[in-house]
Amino acid sequence: MLHRIMKTLAAVVLLPLPVIAETATSFTLDNGMDVVVIEDHRAPVVVQMVWYRVGAADEPAGKSGIAHFLEHLLFRGTENLAPGEFSETVAANGGSDNAFTSWDYTAYHQRIATDRLDLMMQMEADRMRNLKITEADMLVERDVVLEERNQRTDSDPSALFGEQRNAAQYLNHPYGIPVIGWRHEVGALGAQDALDFYQKYYAPNNAILIVAGDVNPDEVLAMAQKHYGPLAPTEGLSARVRPQEPPQLSERRLTLEDPRIGQSYVLRSYLAPERDAGDQKAAAALTMLAELLGGSPTTSYMAKRLQFDEQIAVYTSAWYNGMSYDDTTFGMVVVPVPGVSLDDAEVAMDRVLAEFIANGIDAEHFARIKMQSRAAQIYADDDVAALARRYGQALTTGLTLDDVEAWPELLQAVTAEEVIEAAQQVLDRNRAVTGRLIKSEATQ
Amino acid sequence: MTRILSILTSLLLLAQPLRAEIEIQEVTSPGGIKAWLVEEHSIPFTALEISFKGGASLEAPQQRGATNLMMALLEEGTGDMDARAFAAAREVLAAEMSFSAGDDSVSVSTRFLSENRDEAMVLLRGAIVSPSFDQAAIDRVRGQVLSNLRSDAQDPGKLASARFDALAFPGHPYATSRDGTEETVSALTRDDIVAAKDGAMTLDRVYVGAVGDISAEDLGLLLDALLSDLPATGAIMPDHVDFAGQGGIDVVDFDTPQSVAIFGHAGITREDVDFFPAFVMNRILGAGGFASRLTEEVREKRGLTYGIGTYLVLREHAEFVFGQFASSNDRIAEAIEVVRAEWIRMASDGVTDEELQDAVTYLTGAYPLRFDGNGTIANILVGMQMQGLSVDYIATRNDKIRAVTREDIARVAADLLDPDGLLFVIAGQPEGL
Repeated sequence: MLHRIMKTLAAVVLLPLPVIAETATSFTLDNGMDVVVIEDHRAPVVVQMVWYRVGAADEPAGKSGIAHFLEHLLFRGTENLAPGEFSETVAANGGSDNAFTSWDYTAYHQRIATDRLDLMMQMEADRMRNLKITEADMLVERDVVLEERNQRTDSDPSALFGEQRNAAQYLNHPYGIPVIGWRHEVGALGAQDALDFYQKYYAPNNAILIVAGDVNPDEVLAMAQKHYGPLAPTEGLSARVRPQEPPQLSERRLTLEDPRIGQSYVLRSYLAPERDAGDQKAAAALTMLAELLGGSPTTSYMAKRLQFDEQIAVYTSAWYNGMSYDDTTFGMVVVPVPGVSLDDAEVAMDRVLAEFIANGIDAEHFARIKMQSRAAQIYADDDVAALARRYGQALTTGLTLDDVEAWPELLQAVTAEEVIEAAQQVLDRNRAVTGRLIKSEATQ
Repeated sequence: MTRILSILTSLLLLAQPLRAEIEIQEVTSPGGIKAWLVEEHSIPFTALEISFKGGASLEAPQQRGATNLMMALLEEGTGDMDARAFAAAREVLAAEMSFSAGDDSVSVSTRFLSENRDEAMVLLRGAIVSPSFDQAAIDRVRGQVLSNLRSDAQDPGKLASARFDALAFPGHPYATSRDGTEETVSALTRDDIVAAKDGAMTLDRVYVGAVGDISAEDLGLLLDALLSDLPATGAIMPDHVDFAGQGGIDVVDFDTPQSVAIFGHAGITREDVDFFPAFVMNRILGAGGFASRLTEEVREKRGLTYGIGTYLVLREHAEFVFGQFASSNDRIAEAIEVVRAEWIRMASDGVTDEELQDAVTYLTGAYPLRFDGNGTIANILVGMQMQGLSVDYIATRNDKIRAVTREDIARVAADLLDPDGLLFVIAGQPEGL
């Protein structure tokens, strides 16, 4: 089975892996910084991550891309570190480092020998409050970000398609704005924009420290108190309230044609509820719905009907990611076989969805998915860095440690009736965007 | 959005083995199959990595794509199970199995729970010893391959790679893509698929790494049951090929705002006495992420790209120096000039004491960080065996890095790096070249 064509769409975790609860320990420092420790003593290695509860959806209007641009600038030096010195120091100690930005969070991480953790904390604490940006560095880094946009988005029609679909999905919520920013706005960002954002949001009371690996919680707490403890919180940081979506009253459709498309397809995304603290049942049902409908390229319902029985599609998939601060989406794609039109592919997709709801769920299929979900708990223990990411994502999207720990059991408890109910509520074309990506003839 | 794009990490073919904290056992099964094992009983599963040397380079030009299609078909049914029954059986066991084809090897990568290891291995044996290769599955998966090929034909990175390979290795399997072309893939028959499997998955070329909740004795029995019915010997290997690309710039016209550049020239073998100096030199030149000269000059100082990297590529039948970056059409000419200038600077001046010191500290310090989970370690164990390294290489590897001197690097850089011989292939609409 080969299905790499869709890897750009599958930028979501299809079956969020549950975590083993007993290995995580948490604290809160006096200045409001949360600390989570995940132990794994198999190798003398540690991962430090600092997550900020701020992302692209928290940007001021007209400043799209500032959260991500700031992430780049955090490597350009502080009052105590020269530009580039942070990463050079990590490398000189045998470690690696990086950072990433999404709509709901921005995170910085290093992976290094355990005995260097103190130094990592010292440097990460330093750049939480002491960033320095020169105009010259800002200008060069802005060019780098524009090249990044070129590479990841403007050179890739399926990425452009995703950007357009998102914008159509969210009329009012900032999830409709790309994380990397609209090109015309990124090109106009300045150092002061970055500093304003930084000073407000980069503070211990808006941050979560996650340390995973060959450490014990007491020593992490002591080290965190030493380095992060003295940092001043941002006073009066208000709750994260973004503009919300108005009721969607009509179906939204869009078509992008591009000569660079190798394979046309139809993709639908429905507005859907996310996991909420203390209230994750609907999200658990949607997670199972995505698995049943399109989680496996061989055994899922869409694959069975469209790829095997009717042979209309070369590839199908469905996905849902509940880790989102505000309303998320439930998506699906059908890539038709040559000779089948996108019209016919979409009609077949809708017919199969209606069938799924009408016929109910194959109990054996459902049991297999639950078995895999259980096994995922075991496999997840093998990758402590992935566990750390999962905690960070949960805690920056409004969930608590209790929610993370409850999740595996909630998935196991989902009933067939709940899945069908979730499908009936969410799979409404009037609350969806249907997009078609079509190969156009080159004009050169 | 990550800050550093991890471009082409799969091309970093150097095994980066671990420090001796993990204990590798050399296992020979009762039937004579060799394996490396690390026992790790704290999590109740095992990662098993099986590779067969040879890969898609074993196939004839008119069969291009057979090995790739064959590996994709292994999970499409065996015995009385069709593709969906096989997938369902795998799901019941929550076993993970993936099958992949490379230029120099084909690989089977699997993770299975201790509680149902035997059932999982029976299923896996069916896939790798007696796959059905039924015509319906062949046609369906062929459709997926063709769909991928159509996408690749519109991908500037793939277009540049294809031209680069054609110029670098004319007449050799490396000159063309292992995925095949629409023409060759469309013409493949079931007999071709069977022949590709019988030539590629054989006992004389198998390498095994296992990490996890399993004893040496159990692993031996497992391997005999799993593999002993495979053919004894594989298809004839292709010859070694010298890098034939000529210095200069070759443009693949493609309408896109940003050009992709791929560049390279002849390289160095792992057996060469100068390999380690070359390896450390390349870290400083272009493989060191933010610590490399190319990142500093092309990205950090000038903002000409989001990411640039260079690699010493070690293939089974060729070795070459290779690099890649992407820049806007109107800026790529400047970026190419900077790359050439850095090639010249390294070839004529070598590195500073400080650069050498930093690189050695990083390379030796990063060593223990490699063993990052059972699956990763199993992969490394197979990679080491395929490169002919022994278990005790692990204990001496850092010493070889530390022994590299500035003089070694100056000599190797002058010898290896050839600014005039650099072949650049650019896909896009570059200006000012």
